[in-house]
Amino acid sequence: MNRLKDSIGGSAAKIFETAIAALREIFDEAPYARFLNRTGLESSSEAYAAFRREFEEAKVRRPKCC
Amino acid sequence: MAGFVHNAALVRNEMHKTLGILAWAMVALLGAIAVATVALHRGEPINALWLVTAATCCYALAYRFYSKFIAAKILALDSLRATPAERLENGRDFLVTNKWVVFGHHFAAIAGPGPLVGPVLAAQFGYLPGTLWVLAGGVFAGCVQDFVILLFSVRRDGKSLTEMAKDEIGPIGGSVAYLAVIAILTILLGVVALIVVNALKSSPWATFTIAMTMPVALLMGVYLRRIRPGKVLEVSALGFILVLAAIWGGQYVSQSPALAQLFTFSAPTLAILIMVYGFAASALPVWLLLAPRDYLSTFVKLGTIGLLAVGIVALHPTLHMPALTRFVDGTGPVFAGKIFPFAFITIACGAISGFHALISSGTTPKLIARETETRMVGYGAMMCESAVAIMAIIAACVMEPGVYFAINSPAGIVGQAPATAAATISAWGFPVTAPQMQALAHAVGEQTLYNRTGGAPAFAVGMAHIFSHSLGGETLMALWYHFAIMFEALFILTILDAGTRVARFMVQDALGHVYKPLGRTSWYPSILVTSALIVAMWGYFLWQGVKDPLGGINSLWPLFGISNQLLATVALCVATTIIIKLHRAKYAAVTLVPLAWLVAVTFTASWQKIFDSSPRVGFLAQARVLETVPATAATARLIFNNRLDAAVTGVLVVMVTLVLFESVREWLGILLGTKEVRLKESPFVRTRLAMEEQG
Repeated sequence: MNRLKDSIGGSAAKIFETAIAALREIFDEAPYARFLNRTGLESSSEAYAAFRREFEEAKVRRPKCC
Repeated sequence: MAGFVHNAALVRNEMHKTLGILAWAMVALLGAIAVATVALHRGEPINALWLVTAATCCYALAYRFYSKFIAAKILALDSLRATPAERLENGRDFLVTNKWVVFGHHFAAIAGPGPLVGPVLAAQFGYLPGTLWVLAGGVFAGCVQDFVILLFSVRRDGKSLTEMAKDEIGPIGGSVAYLAVIAILTILLGVVALIVVNALKSSPWATFTIAMTMPVALLMGVYLRRIRPGKVLEVSALGFILVLAAIWGGQYVSQSPALAQLFTFSAPTLAILIMVYGFAASALPVWLLLAPRDYLSTFVKLGTIGLLAVGIVALHPTLHMPALTRFVDGTGPVFAGKIFPFAFITIACGAISGFHALISSGTTPKLIARETETRMVGYGAMMCESAVAIMAIIAACVMEPGVYFAINSPAGIVGQAPATAAATISAWGFPVTAPQMQALAHAVGEQTLYNRTGGAPAFAVGMAHIFSHSLGGETLMALWYHFAIMFEALFILTILDAGTRVARFMVQDALGHVYKPLGRTSWYPSILVTSALIVAMWGYFLWQGVKDPLGGINSLWPLFGISNQLLATVALCVATTIIIKLHRAKYAAVTLVPLAWLVAVTFTASWQKIFDSSPRVGFLAQARVLETVPATAATARLIFNNRLDAAVTGVLVVMVTLVLFESVREWLGILLGTKEVRLKESPFVRTRLAMEEQG
């Protein structure tokens, strides 16, 4: 019984983690984290501005469906 | 002992297999009963749960069996083949990403107002045609298109549809795909802007709410940039709370004569304001306004779709719209034309949409970690989109049919005065009274709900009905209605600004070949000129719709549907060509049948829209009728617009005919052995991911 509980709890935690990861990706938090990692910058107003400059050129070219 | 264990394992496997077969047989049986009930039930109202059950079973069976068949027999998905996300990983465009994350990303990109608006408009035929088309079109056409285009793009380093069309069919394919995309974007932006105008006109509450999203977005932009850099989810939740406060505050604006006057606009004024917004959105930096609005819109979109699904299952409302209405004969007030072909171009995104092929060959293929994941992302996300369309059908059909037609019929058909409109609609066999409409308008906080063409207000009333019955009761009906209007308008404005920018980049890319500086996306004169050009193009269609006595939707939505489905035709031509080149011609029916269907639908629709003798259907017939009335500046413009619409439709059909011709020539050449097969796939590279997982 305890094993079943652990297994359900583990699955729920995994689903939650995946949902958060998807949301972070959709809302561009994960790309920002990767940008900071790649450039070695600390999160700041200037770093975010640099990220947006780099990111927007690609992102605004993506079509959104009707 | 070993033999005994082996035998026990065999028995267990057999049992699992038998149980699996039994379970799927039950799903098939339940699905068949539900579809038969939906299709054959007549006379009495039907419960929405039948549609939900039919859809769930169809999607489950299609995903388990049909998509698996395509994956195994046609595409031969190879989990050992490295994808571009792995081979070309750069941390920006190309990135190995968790499949559920890619799924969410892809669904957020393909889900727009189309699957909500199209089914609402097509509900004038009854709930049955739309439901059957969404289910069959979804699993046999739309999901297949999205899936195969995604996989083919993955095997070509994430190439776009236009590049694949050029590589696999020829230069004509590439050029037509490019022009079709520009045409679709132009018509799409015009028609969705018209939907917003029709939803906001003479509605101070709705206009105030949408106006408030601008300062909210600006605040979010400043917060993201200056206060908590990069905390997008946090600021989106904050923005959502502020928008809810704006919806709440909107009722006080509508009740105050001075404030209500400030936020009450006519359709032409709103059209001008939206064009100014579109231009500013295209020409100004995105971080301050557009990016936060985009986040806010996505946040609201994902939440509302989930909430609507829960609301429908919890309330399981009764559908009051009959299975089929008298308007299957083509005399419908929402848009003119018979079920075939018009139901199939009116509902695009929920069944098949050419636009999805752009997404499937855009960002998504660059994120896929394994080829095998394209099935879940491509086929699965489109199934979810199709489910959204089923929810829209339910939202439209929970209303009394008389109310539905009163909201969706233009004044040019049912009359301007409430009593006249109610009498006309009642005479069609759909009883409705002026006091009933007045009470409904009052309940949702509007002055009137007559002639609110475009589908958005009808969807909002249906959604408010579902929400208010499951959460909050009748007292919250007005809040839910304006929440739904805000949700749709926010959705559409995001598409307007993103679409205007995408079209600007495409035009700049093309103009760069003529004069290099025009191709520089950061050169301000080029930005201003191309932004103005794009806004003028879709603005023209918007203005045309606003001034159209038949409400604009009657002419513009079919035009959009035709162009969107023609792009799907191009995508399916590309897919069929590649399948034949892969020596899987015996399975080519998987894309060839939807292609043949779309050719039949779009070409018939185009022919009827251009040449039909009924002035409500044919553009040229309408122009001829207008020539017989006394000439004024307005009639001269209407005549020109009808001829322009006919010409645009004709040009699109000619372009797609060229692609079809080129494709068929390619297929015949390969099948007859007169042409060498040249497949432009990236070479096979073994994935490191599988080895890393094993190691």
